[in-house]
Amino acid sequence: MSGKALALLRGGPLVNAILAKIRELAPKAVEAVGQAPIKIMDFCGTHEYTITHYGLRSLMPPEVELVAGPGCPVCVTPAFYVDTAIKLSLEGVRVYTYGDAYKLPGSGRPGGGIRSLEEARAAGGDVVVVYSILDAIRRASREGKDSVFLAVGFETTAPATAAPVVRGMLPSNLTIINVHRLTPPIMRYTFERHRENPIRGVIAPGHVSTIVGAKAWRFVVEDYGIPTVVAGFEPVDVLLAVMEILRQLSRGEPMLVNEYSRVVTWEGNRTAQKMIAECCDVVDAAWRGIGFVPESGLAFRDKYRIHDALLQYGIREPGPDEWSYDLPPGCRCAEVTLGMARPTDCPLFMKVCTPGTPYGPCMVSSEGTCAVWARFGGGGLAEEIARGIGLK
Amino acid sequence: MCLGVPALVKAVRGDVALVDFGDGVEREVLGATYEDVKPGDIVIVHAGVIIEKLKDEKLDELLRMLNEFREDLEKKADELLRSLSYPSEPTYGG
Ligand code: SF4
Repeated sequence: MSGKALALLRGGPLVNAILAKIRELAPKAVEAVGQAPIKIMDFCGTHEYTITHYGLRSLMPPEVELVAGPGCPVCVTPAFYVDTAIKLSLEGVRVYTYGDAYKLPGSGRPGGGIRSLEEARAAGGDVVVVYSILDAIRRASREGKDSVFLAVGFETTAPATAAPVVRGMLPSNLTIINVHRLTPPIMRYTFERHRENPIRGVIAPGHVSTIVGAKAWRFVVEDYGIPTVVAGFEPVDVLLAVMEILRQLSRGEPMLVNEYSRVVTWEGNRTAQKMIAECCDVVDAAWRGIGFVPESGLAFRDKYRIHDALLQYGIREPGPDEWSYDLPPGCRCAEVTLGMARPTDCPLFMKVCTPGTPYGPCMVSSEGTCAVWARFGGGGLAEEIARGIGLK
Repeated sequence: MCLGVPALVKAVRGDVALVDFGDGVEREVLGATYEDVKPGDIVIVHAGVIIEKLKDEKLDELLRMLNEFREDLEKKADELLRSLSYPSEPTYGG
């Protein structure tokens, strides 16, 4: 993107023009809906970053509330898989992982043993952070060591796992802990949880949409009547999405629109979709602190089970009946993930739990809502601190 | 985690592509995940994998609309919002 284009997308005059329109539309939307504030949810950690980093929440009129939804795949990775990776690394199996999952706590408690792959490495475990699965494939082929790859992520990341599997690129000494999760099912689940005070607009995840296509969100409009905009990640993209949602609400005409057409197509990346479908079945899957969500995960199809690390090492995954709550005591990450609580509602936020010493999973990944708020003071954090010390 | 970064494709070798993220350093990424990647394409790379191509003309179109919007807020607002809909597909409910 040229510097000029970027300046325009982040620029003041345009932002002001869009904000003026948002302010004009907001009361009309409230009137049409009959409830205030209008709750608009983003489903992508990068959108939450844009909203928080550029202070967009503070620019909203009082009628509009921007809420962070389940947009961080690291945050929802069940503790079981982290614990499994830690155990393998300490038993001499090399664990490759993306940087985002390196500090992710498993079920261990602070001071009560090894909590993360980072701590496992400090204790002599064999853990290597890689930028991409290609790096893991190369190293595993070269070094011949028994290795696993901890594969977390939504649809955006699933092709990185599926492509090497279906292309036969994996060496026999590298298997995969497949913890990929799918976004449409958790979106449905989230809508149900917000029945009392419904979500009125959806800013659909931009990079997930590159894979699944804008069409993946039709159900939001058709089944729930919620205006939905697939948006890019510049401040103007997000503001345009809010403006469009308010316009639709004020007219009572929910639609699905694709604001991010410079990257996202209606059909999505069919090559990647085919690879994912060839590699994996859709299965009921556990989400951290939330439990099993129907048809929300990917598992290797029988013909590729040979690449499944859990099978390889004889580890049995807990089923729905065996699932137990897997957040550390007091951590409200599940509610934060589902947009039912804000990070500042958690008594541990920025006290016990900080980006340097994350207590819960939402404080780890750069896209975890707690981590984003911690770094950029999201959603009135400054005001709350001011109130807390009696300045307001 | 779902961050996508634009890069310029320099060369394609089977399933692997050489890309430049703008710092002049060429890096290998997995290109098998996108049909028809060619040198000169601007692609979106996520976790070392090409997930999409950037359609420059769409960005130009958006920027042109935004510029006009700024110049003539009231008149252009509806037009701009209409332009957001993906053109070849039906819209829903209205
Ligand atoms: S601040 Fe920390 S402990 Fe509280 S919900 Fe967020 S991640 Fe959990």
